[in-house]
Amino acid sequence: MEASANFFNEMQNGSADVRAPYAVYHQWFETEDNGRLLRKAREAEQLFRRTGITFNVYGANDAEERLIPFDVVPRIISAPEWRKLTRGIEQRVRALNAFLYDIYHRQEILRSGRVPSELIVSNSAFLPQMIGMTPPGAIYTHIAGIDIVRTGEDAFFVLEDNVRTPSGVSYMLENRETMLQMFPELFAKIRVRRVSDYPKKLRRSLAACAPAGAAARPVVAVLTPGIHNSAYFEHAFLADQMGAELVEGHDLQIVDGRVAMRTTRGYQPIDVLYRRVDDDFLDPLSFRADSTLGLAGLFDLYRAGRVTLANAPGAGIADDKAVYSYMPDIVEFYTGEKPILQNVPTWRCAEADALNYVLEHLSELVVKEVHGSGGYGMLVGPAASQSECAAFAAKLRANPANYIAQPTLALSTVPVLTKAGLAPRHVDLRPFVLVAPEGVDITPGGLTRVALQEGSLVVNSSQGGGTKDTWVLEE
Amino acid sequence: MLGKTAGGLLWMARYLERSENMARLVETGLRIALTRSSSAEDEWASIIATAAASDRFVAAGHRYESGDAIDFLLRAGDNPSSVCAALTAARNNARLVRTALTREAWEAINVCWMTVTDALKQSVEPTEVPSLLSLVRQQCALVRGAMQGSLLRNEIYNFIRIGTFLERADNTLRILDVKYYVLLPEIAYVGSSLDNVQWETILRAASADRSFGWLHGGEISPAEIASFLIFDSRMPRSLAFCYAEITENLGRMARDSASASTSTGMATDMLNRLRHLSINDVFEIGLHQFIASFIRNNAVLATTIEREFRFYE
Repeated sequence: MEASANFFNEMQNGSADVRAPYAVYHQWFETEDNGRLLRKAREAEQLFRRTGITFNVYGANDAEERLIPFDVVPRIISAPEWRKLTRGIEQRVRALNAFLYDIYHRQEILRSGRVPSELIVSNSAFLPQMIGMTPPGAIYTHIAGIDIVRTGEDAFFVLEDNVRTPSGVSYMLENRETMLQMFPELFAKIRVRRVSDYPKKLRRSLAACAPAGAAARPVVAVLTPGIHNSAYFEHAFLADQMGAELVEGHDLQIVDGRVAMRTTRGYQPIDVLYRRVDDDFLDPLSFRADSTLGLAGLFDLYRAGRVTLANAPGAGIADDKAVYSYMPDIVEFYTGEKPILQNVPTWRCAEADALNYVLEHLSELVVKEVHGSGGYGMLVGPAASQSECAAFAAKLRANPANYIAQPTLALSTVPVLTKAGLAPRHVDLRPFVLVAPEGVDITPGGLTRVALQEGSLVVNSSQGGGTKDTWVLEE
Repeated sequence: MLGKTAGGLLWMARYLERSENMARLVETGLRIALTRSSSAEDEWASIIATAAASDRFVAAGHRYESGDAIDFLLRAGDNPSSVCAALTAARNNARLVRTALTREAWEAINVCWMTVTDALKQSVEPTEVPSLLSLVRQQCALVRGAMQGSLLRNEIYNFIRIGTFLERADNTLRILDVKYYVLLPEIAYVGSSLDNVQWETILRAASADRSFGWLHGGEISPAEIASFLIFDSRMPRSLAFCYAEITENLGRMARDSASASTSTGMATDMLNRLRHLSINDVFEIGLHQFIASFIRNNAVLATTIEREFRFYE
């Protein structure tokens, strides 16, 4: 295997020692023929194509549906590592929920001065319409995806919180299915915790947040923007696995003060909408008037407690990248504990000193738009040319509050399979978290994204990243 | 079930059926062009007419010869009913109703679409046409098999069946419509070789040549052909068979919901009419009139179903 001294390799760091979680896998791998594994990898791709696990790329008209490349080498996490991660994630998600409740009620954290008011009040992700409204169970982030990066044996950082409509869970599930189908012998040797009950747990936790007065078995539906959305496959997949209907705005109507879907036998009320439509598009009467993806009047019904929306509108204020930089304070403020998982150090360009520092060190930093996602609109300093840096500096000066900057992290690597055998590539991890009145549930595993190009640190699928199956080992 | 889903299922099935019908038309045309070159042009014209695409075909400047006609029916971008276009539409509808399909059924449709559209990326050499058509047949059979073997027999299945048989009835009616005049009893040249070609075309287009032979031995008469395609409930492409299926599937849904159903009533009336008429009655009414009115009623039934089950807002 190529050695890369500067980065933490999760399988085999530095010397020849294979790290414990990978021991059995590595042993098996050594006895395998690379040609056979490459054939398996091609088989996997066929499997994904047949199943139609594709995503649509915005702005690409020739290849409307693409596959996210899948690498057959699993990412393996030991039980103790996972225990630490889950403690940290649970703490963080509880804090995020408490923060949202507070922000839309008494705003204690703003009064205390721990988080500046203007950051919240003038933020487009903050929905004044949500003020004073308490969702069932006071839960805002029913589904969260917490992006984690690793730089060393014990060094885990939260890179991003995703509490709007985190996607990728279908890949977690399908990657596992694919691995089970292709390498059953591995699962006999290595005890890997299951992820397959996620859809059932999702349904249960959504149902647990149904409005008061819903039926004993609440009606759950998934609201999708439609067949052309990049994550349509996932929407259909989750609806299917939960046994819920997959609806679009034009399937919905308000009937007798309830949100109802048009069925072959008339309108049927819905109790919980797992919506994969952004806040702005939910209701043309309350938000963007030109939206055809939602339902006029939906928000009023939500406020009146006639339907539950998951995640809650306005939850996005908690994963705003400028708010992110306050997360250590936020965790402490609401839990009274030190954060278990660290933030990545972040410069808020809105602050003059920070802006100056960022401008001077642009070639070393990663600069992100506060509201950006999917790897769009960001600058990776070390990989950018001088002219790219200069152009970005101009944008920064023009609107500093729109940006944050972080050091270029030495992301850990996990090997991928190449023609020449294993080769290290950078990875991150998105575990999926469900929040219900009974508690927080974190599925053991998650989505490991991997930058397939040698040396690249950008793992986003929209930027050519791939995925791996993520194994959490049994205790 | 969502109204949208019901519509998606019905149209998925219609388009699947349509793509198979188109493949069958190509097969028929090719066969005749190979064996009776003198009448090939006329036969391609009537085959394109059966596909309800004459205007578009002529407008696009195509000629009634094998190359143009085959390409048009299989893959032409300007033909929304080509095998390629129909399969793509079927697959898009399947994607829309993904949650109503089993994994097996969805995968079969997805693979069918991938395989066939891939094989039809470039124009097909005449020598390749037979193997291509057998690929289409095979893939469609896999889809049907996956649906038969894995779908619950509930309204999901009912809408798929209704879509299949609405489309099939329409197809059989069109075959008859284009060629009705060769089946009229007063046409004198019975037994001439020209007639045999025409009859053969009809039977082949309906995949009925062998089964007709089975049931009627070597004797072919136009009345028997017409009767076979309209009334014979053993023949899976006959109107009687299609309407028995449509009525059965609509009826099952009506029974399950215990509510009055306009479309069930309508389909039942149409089926009863088929059961009580004889081929002589049809000739009395006028074969062409009978066919034309049945085509209209079939279309009205389709829109009645669409409204009754709230496919659209």
